[in-house]
Amino acid sequence: MVPLISLRHIYKIYEMGDETVYANDDISLDIDRGEFVAIVGKSGSGKSTLMNIIGALDVPTKGTYLLGGEDTGEMTDDELAEIRNRMIGFIFQQYNLLPKMSVLENVELPLLYQGVRDRERREIAMEQLKRVGLEDKAFNLPRQLSGGQQQRVSIARALAGSPSLILADEPTGALDSKTSREVLGFIRSLNEEGNTIVMITHDKSIAMHAKRAVQIMDGRITFDGSIEEYAKL
Amino acid sequence: MQSFKMAIRSILSNKMRSFLTMLGIIIGVASVIMLVSIVTGYMSSMVESFASMGVDRINVSVTNTASRVLEPDEMYEFFDDNRDTFLYMSPTVTPQGRVKYKNETLSSTRVGGYSDDYLSVMGYEMEAGRNISWSDISGNRKMAVLGYYTAWYMFGSSENAVGESLKIGNALFTVAGVVQRQDEDSLEQGGTDDFVWIPYTVAAKMNRSSQIGSYIVTIRDVTKADEDAEMIEDFLYTVFRNDDLYTVVANSSMLAEMNRMISQISLMLGGIAGISLLVAGVGVMNIMLVSVTERTREIGIRKALGAKRRTIMKQFVIEAAVTSTIGGLIGIAVGSVCTGLIGTAIGIKATPTLSAVLISFGVSVGIGLIFGYMPANRAAKLNPIDALRSE
Repeated sequence: MVPLISLRHIYKIYEMGDETVYANDDISLDIDRGEFVAIVGKSGSGKSTLMNIIGALDVPTKGTYLLGGEDTGEMTDDELAEIRNRMIGFIFQQYNLLPKMSVLENVELPLLYQGVRDRERREIAMEQLKRVGLEDKAFNLPRQLSGGQQQRVSIARALAGSPSLILADEPTGALDSKTSREVLGFIRSLNEEGNTIVMITHDKSIAMHAKRAVQIMDGRITFDGSIEEYAKL
Repeated sequence: MQSFKMAIRSILSNKMRSFLTMLGIIIGVASVIMLVSIVTGYMSSMVESFASMGVDRINVSVTNTASRVLEPDEMYEFFDDNRDTFLYMSPTVTPQGRVKYKNETLSSTRVGGYSDDYLSVMGYEMEAGRNISWSDISGNRKMAVLGYYTAWYMFGSSENAVGESLKIGNALFTVAGVVQRQDEDSLEQGGTDDFVWIPYTVAAKMNRSSQIGSYIVTIRDVTKADEDAEMIEDFLYTVFRNDDLYTVVANSSMLAEMNRMISQISLMLGGIAGISLLVAGVGVMNIMLVSVTERTREIGIRKALGAKRRTIMKQFVIEAAVTSTIGGLIGIAVGSVCTGLIGTAIGIKATPTLSAVLISFGVSVGIGLIFGYMPANRAAKLNPIDALRSE
């Protein structure tokens, strides 16, 4: 089986004045379909940089990134946008819902960019809202929902386009502990349904909800193994 | 279609700002329409009153010199030879001397020396007494035809006037007839109905130089005005051999000239008002730039979810275009209403000219597209990672 994500000798190098920063310093990583991986690291470790590359929001300075077998290295901005749209569902720390659109319209957004027509779009979006238990809030504005609810809407949006990969960046960062547990439970159930999940976090206890941990420090992978082994560290 | 809905939604979501953006365009468009329509209306009413002065008339004026003189007989001969083209002709002479009645000098009453044809040239009719006749002319008879107001002012009524006397300069004239009232709205000194006509031969004798330097001719076919004028010019050339010595002007060509001037002036004024539209466009661009900056995060989210550059581009350009188009429509409405109000206030018929409306509309759409392009381009080029981080 070809891995869903295949990173080979990834470098991301920045020139800051007269200093050269290696945000990602020779990273190689494979992730198969159905996995639930937590990428753990402190702030400044390079995890966000890696996430941007995995999420096709950015391209590496050196190395190859194959997503679903496709090489993102030579892609144009438009092609990257398309791959993001088709294959990746983003869950952001700040939910990032558009405040002036209704909950339903927010969930529809990835479908809109896929070119799905009005009625079908609405149906699919409604289904995802049902899945996260928020179909009765479909016509509310995001600001009328609690933090946990907004995050669930964000999850519904991530699922709407039927992505191959769900990329969650500190998904519980803005939530209280009870809601965090709910959201994490939900994410885990998504994985049990067969979705591939990559979760970025600085918090080891959050990472423990995943099945595999990849620890990153100073731009390099310092650990890559099962969650049980990671717990022993 | 989706983009339009999104644009409208965005515009409605921040009504105050959208309105302020549109304000420049509204003012610009309204002022273009008002300026152009009012000026055009004003000039058209001028043209109208000018046109009523007879598009079928040609004015001929000559400079008689020591060596070359145009005798009235020659002019009459030319006229007789071409009666299929020309309908009426009258020499016109302005005599020295004002109209005097009893002890009063009526300085605003127009006095003119004409032939019997002049009544027909002007298209008037007699009300009392009789017109100038050929025997008056050949006999140098000191008779006069009065305008309705002049007769009324001096003698109380048209009938009373016939047979009465008045002085022009130092000569005594007898009133032979009175012309029908022409101006139904007003009767005033110096107005359309205040005049005295005398035979041109008598008028010429009252002047130091008894020569006749101008004629007025009516043509049968108004569409041939320019050709007929040329015919007269050719004839005059045979007399004078020098085209500086005569001028032939067809009223209709003066009309055409006036119309040309009107178009030029409206265009110029439209251009000036158009500058305000340019300023409005800059305003649109500024607001769009602010809007893009404020919505950087939103743009980042959209891009992360898969919006391509041209999608973002289209979103913002359409938003700018819709904003300025709505502004344009409001401006057209405001401009039209104000045109009507101002027109009524100053007493002219001013309706918004169609070309001004269409051009204003086109320009306001164009402004949105052109001035929205740069900000939209900036939005489209945003790096999603940076965009997501902002605010």
